[in-house]
Amino acid sequence: MRRLSAGAWRARGGSALGRGLLGIYLSALVLLPVSAVLAKSTTGGASAFWREISNPEAVAAIKLTLVVSAIVVVTNAVFGTLIAWVLVRDEFPGKRIVNALIDLPFALPTIVAGVVLLALYGKGSPMGINVAFTRASIALALLFVTLPFVVRSVQPVLHELDVSMEEAAASLGAGPATILRRIVLPSLTPAIISGVALSFARAVGEFGSLVLITGNLPFKTEVGSVYVFGQIESDNLPGAAAVSIVLLLAALAVLAALSVLSRWRSGHVV
Amino acid sequence: MAIEVHNVSKSFGTFTALDDVCIRVADGALTALLGPSGSGKSTLLRIIAGLESPDTGVVTIGGNDVTGVPARSRGVGFVFQHYAPFKHMTVAGNIGFGLSVRRRPRAEIQARVKELLALVRLEGLAGRYPSQLSGGQLQRMALARALAVQPEVLLLDEPFGALDAQVRSELREWLRRLHDEIHVTTIFVTHDQEEAMELARQIVVMNEGRIEQAGTPRELYESPRNEFVMTFIGPVNRLGDALMRPHDIQILAEAGPDTTEALVHRIVHLGFEVRVELTLPDGRQIWAQQTRESAQELELAEGQILAVRLPELREFAA
Repeated sequence: MRRLSAGAWRARGGSALGRGLLGIYLSALVLLPVSAVLAKSTTGGASAFWREISNPEAVAAIKLTLVVSAIVVVTNAVFGTLIAWVLVRDEFPGKRIVNALIDLPFALPTIVAGVVLLALYGKGSPMGINVAFTRASIALALLFVTLPFVVRSVQPVLHELDVSMEEAAASLGAGPATILRRIVLPSLTPAIISGVALSFARAVGEFGSLVLITGNLPFKTEVGSVYVFGQIESDNLPGAAAVSIVLLLAALAVLAALSVLSRWRSGHVV
Repeated sequence: MAIEVHNVSKSFGTFTALDDVCIRVADGALTALLGPSGSGKSTLLRIIAGLESPDTGVVTIGGNDVTGVPARSRGVGFVFQHYAPFKHMTVAGNIGFGLSVRRRPRAEIQARVKELLALVRLEGLAGRYPSQLSGGQLQRMALARALAVQPEVLLLDEPFGALDAQVRSELREWLRRLHDEIHVTTIFVTHDQEEAMELARQIVVMNEGRIEQAGTPRELYESPRNEFVMTFIGPVNRLGDALMRPHDIQILAEAGPDTTEALVHRIVHLGFEVRVELTLPDGRQIWAQQTRESAQELELAEGQILAVRLPELREFAA
């Protein structure tokens, strides 16, 4: 038997093995389920698919999901970057605790988040704010569950950002606002975009935190995922699958667009 | 513009970076701040640039007190040790940054950038991004960027530290000629005494936050004020508390009244220079610098015993 050098092993077998594993793993976890949803959504043919997704209630739910998600990710982009800035550049007592708090929305079961938000900002709110069963409640819940994405993608980049770049700009006559606009933000843009993309994908599919606080009023506060759940409950699996596919495609389109944008903005930044 | 630093001190927590430092740099001079790492030389440079503020003391540029003036209003060009390129901008964008911040017309910026690209020999690379440049090219881009706004003072922090030996010596030579052309008052920081001596007309030797001595390279070499300066600038032999330069040790073919015996235990050929490592009768080791010719004349060989004449030893009060 011939022995292979490390290089030959990598060239012949190693990378093929890696690719094979990746293929199996991704197929089992992502490709097969998505294909099944796709198959289910088209069981009645193209016209049935079209009928399901052009149902006014479905259209309203999809539209609402996308619009609120867009508002939420823009808010995230601004506040997530601000939070990351404060956590990296400022020193204050309790900074580590605040830093740990950021991940809480990841750890909390989203249905619990929904219950907590309902108790705090619902009827009889101790804060005197009642947004339950309104569209604002959707934004609130989505902001909560997507909070960590932008913060966590911007933080390490900001941490690694060379302060001497800002000093160089200052020595060339730039004031703080110019430095922020022309030096810092462009360096953070790819990280912000990637956080935004993850937030968007998450917001489009979010269910648990929304199902209690929004009240699921058709044409008013019913989002895509909740509509899908309703269709499953009433045994309309093809309808549920069709709307899921639309949400999936919307998320995919946004991810692709943002990735193109990010590469275009930073193709030269290594 | 002349630069003066009066009684500047600076601490970071419990670490004293600068301790009552005074320097004076003449208009148009090329000056080196030389010292080991942690000697405070970079901190001093950053204080002159306005990137740090001193705890006490005064900095003047062209006779004006600039101690409280922010970096952006000092008219100081600064070249950072790792060049601090704006990674998301092209070479032209980097060089034109200072001018565009000053809201100069686009045509003027373009013309000035072109002129600077020629000055730093980066023509044709205007559209490249920093990640596509070599270290030497980044260095020259950083210099052009600093020069674009026509600073009255140019400050360079370890300008050649991150480059390989050949590029470094080329850039040194080039910087020297550039300074002859544009005459901007220049201070650079280095830990390399050869670099300081080759480039600067005036060297300020720093150690532990204080100025040890300031003077021309020749003054520092020939009449060092203390042991630190003597050992930091140029090679030395140490015999007890006394110091001597290796090239002051004479190797003779025949013993004389003021000579002593020494055993050659190693000979290192460095081209023109030959380094002869010697052991004295009392076991102490020194080394002597010889030229290639004199080493050949003496027919030096390892294991040989010969006569050496030691120079007058220099001793500094502790």
